[in-house]
Amino acid sequence: MNDQAPAHRTIPDRLDNPLRSAIFSWQTLLLVVAIVIFIANSLASPYFLSPWSLSDATFNFTEKALIALAMALLIIAGEIDLSVAAVIALASTAMGFALQYGADTPVLVAIGIGVGVLCGAFNGFLVTRLRLPSIVVTIGTMSLFRGISFIVLGDQAFKGYPASFAFFGQGYVWWVVSFEFVLFLAMAVVYFVLLHRTSFGRRIFTIGNNNIAAQFSGVRVERVKFMLFCLTGLMSGIAAVLLTSRLGSTRPSIAQGWELEVITMVVLGGVNILGGAGSIIGVVIAAFIMGLVTFGMGLLNVPGIVQSIFIGLLLIVVIALPIVVGKLRGTRK
Amino acid sequence: MNRLVKTREIWLALAIVVLVAAVTTRSGGFASPDNLASIFNDTSILIILALGQMVVILTRSIDLSIAANVALSGMVIALINQAAPGVPVPLLIVAAPLLGLAFGAINGFLVWKLDIPAIVVTLGTLTIYRGTTFLIAGGQWVNADEMTPDFIAITRAMILGLPVLSWTAILVAITFFLVMTRSPIGRAIYAIGVNPTAAVYAGIDVGRTKFIAFCISGLVAGLCGYLWVSKFVIASSETAIGYELQVIAACVIGGVSIAGGVGTVGSAVLGAIFLGVIGRALPVIGVSPFWQMAISGTAIIVAVALNARAERKTGRIILKQAEGAR
Repeated sequence: MNDQAPAHRTIPDRLDNPLRSAIFSWQTLLLVVAIVIFIANSLASPYFLSPWSLSDATFNFTEKALIALAMALLIIAGEIDLSVAAVIALASTAMGFALQYGADTPVLVAIGIGVGVLCGAFNGFLVTRLRLPSIVVTIGTMSLFRGISFIVLGDQAFKGYPASFAFFGQGYVWWVVSFEFVLFLAMAVVYFVLLHRTSFGRRIFTIGNNNIAAQFSGVRVERVKFMLFCLTGLMSGIAAVLLTSRLGSTRPSIAQGWELEVITMVVLGGVNILGGAGSIIGVVIAAFIMGLVTFGMGLLNVPGIVQSIFIGLLLIVVIALPIVVGKLRGTRK
Repeated sequence: MNRLVKTREIWLALAIVVLVAAVTTRSGGFASPDNLASIFNDTSILIILALGQMVVILTRSIDLSIAANVALSGMVIALINQAAPGVPVPLLIVAAPLLGLAFGAINGFLVWKLDIPAIVVTLGTLTIYRGTTFLIAGGQWVNADEMTPDFIAITRAMILGLPVLSWTAILVAITFFLVMTRSPIGRAIYAIGVNPTAAVYAGIDVGRTKFIAFCISGLVAGLCGYLWVSKFVIASSETAIGYELQVIAACVIGGVSIAGGVGTVGSAVLGAIFLGVIGRALPVIGVSPFWQMAISGTAIIVAVALNARAERKTGRIILKQAEGAR
């Protein structure tokens, strides 16, 4: 791989990690894509480059991106959670239900986040205790969670959230900087540290690379996975609070289809869908890319469903590109 | 392994019978032949799609784009029927599966030649196919009055007391049974699902077999594209939206293992019928149809928990990991 002969012998403090450099170049690629899209957007629409519309653009992706941060960890550990959007629906329904009994803003937030964590714990229990494959389990809980919302709400909606509740999804911390955006950046830092700078993060990578080796190295695999499911539930709960606050109402169809967008974000961010590799920086850039694409196309009156073609193509092309290039070069991984 | 699946099928068949009997005590007409035939007819498309999905799942892959493929193939066929009513319907009926086959082949190609995990590929093509459905129709729907009478009538034509739609499902199930149990490709699909490494040593091309599995799933999706449009007499970009999950649910409930290699034609068919019966039973026993989603979710979780018992790995791999085995 490395044909550059070193001038003098050095003893590396860690082994040359081709995976690491691959991720690095992936991030560079993503960043280039993000910049190209940014420039294309500002050329395509005169309304794009204004502080307020850029601020609006962030609302498009912050809630999904918050979940993507936790989902990245989960996927790196070799599991997946398809129920995240359904968790939003259930958490939001629970908040709306509590609202009918006069719950105030702090209680609503606690309920939203609490239901999220409970749902995550339920997924985690099924996957780690009963040892079921997460992809099917979460397809099941996805129907179950959203199904409960449908049972509670039917074709009705919960409305009339208190004015103070609106801050989370509509409030600004400073000038055009929204609360959602600040929360996302803060969480991105937290997750970056958690994944890349703590032993917990190391364990996640170990599990994703080799479940059995991790077990024999003393990593409590099931416990870590359980915690990751809870974490994903927590982030879905937070997203539920933000989204409910932003929309000001709860319908059982809330956040429909978000699970696919969240996973697209994670995979686009360079996280290996088979587990074992990925970075938070990549996911954050991917979140910006998806936000910019959808917002820019929205400014050009491109319907959402057509935007999704672009996202789908982006997903496949960005993943296929390094593989095609690698094959053309004749190098095998 | 196969014995476990067999007992599983028997339990599921019993569960369906009990379910039908229980509902019949509440509403006498439920078990009447007419009603049962009508339930089967309503479940036909789900059965066909579940069979296609099963083949893909057997190879340790998954096809999330199957419902989007239904929507796109159906839309293309409906648009042709709308724009050129002179084109004979049988030609369209042949064209639909071929279209679906082409879309499935795209999935298969990406999985085979580019080594992209199936879940990623089909996640991408899911949005692409559905978006394309919207694009080619210009955001419009094709309604009943824009279709030729033949186009709508064929699936409803009665043969020996059953509509053509039901017969199609029966024929497809028989074909799948023959292919999966009596042909080399069926054996190969099971082989790479059970143990890809051993399959490679046995001379089976894993990538190519996966490609064929995706082609099969695309083929039936295309067929269902026509069936769906003809049955519901509407083609829109919302056709069968989210239906891929129902299809996967039918497979899982039937006992098809998401880990690959385990599952039979009977299991997929029974899984689909189980969901179909529940869907029809709820309104009859006075439960709001809004319960359907939570119930199928619970059914999936229970089914996977039961499957897990059958899936515990017993053997261990003694062969060196082979190139191309994944």
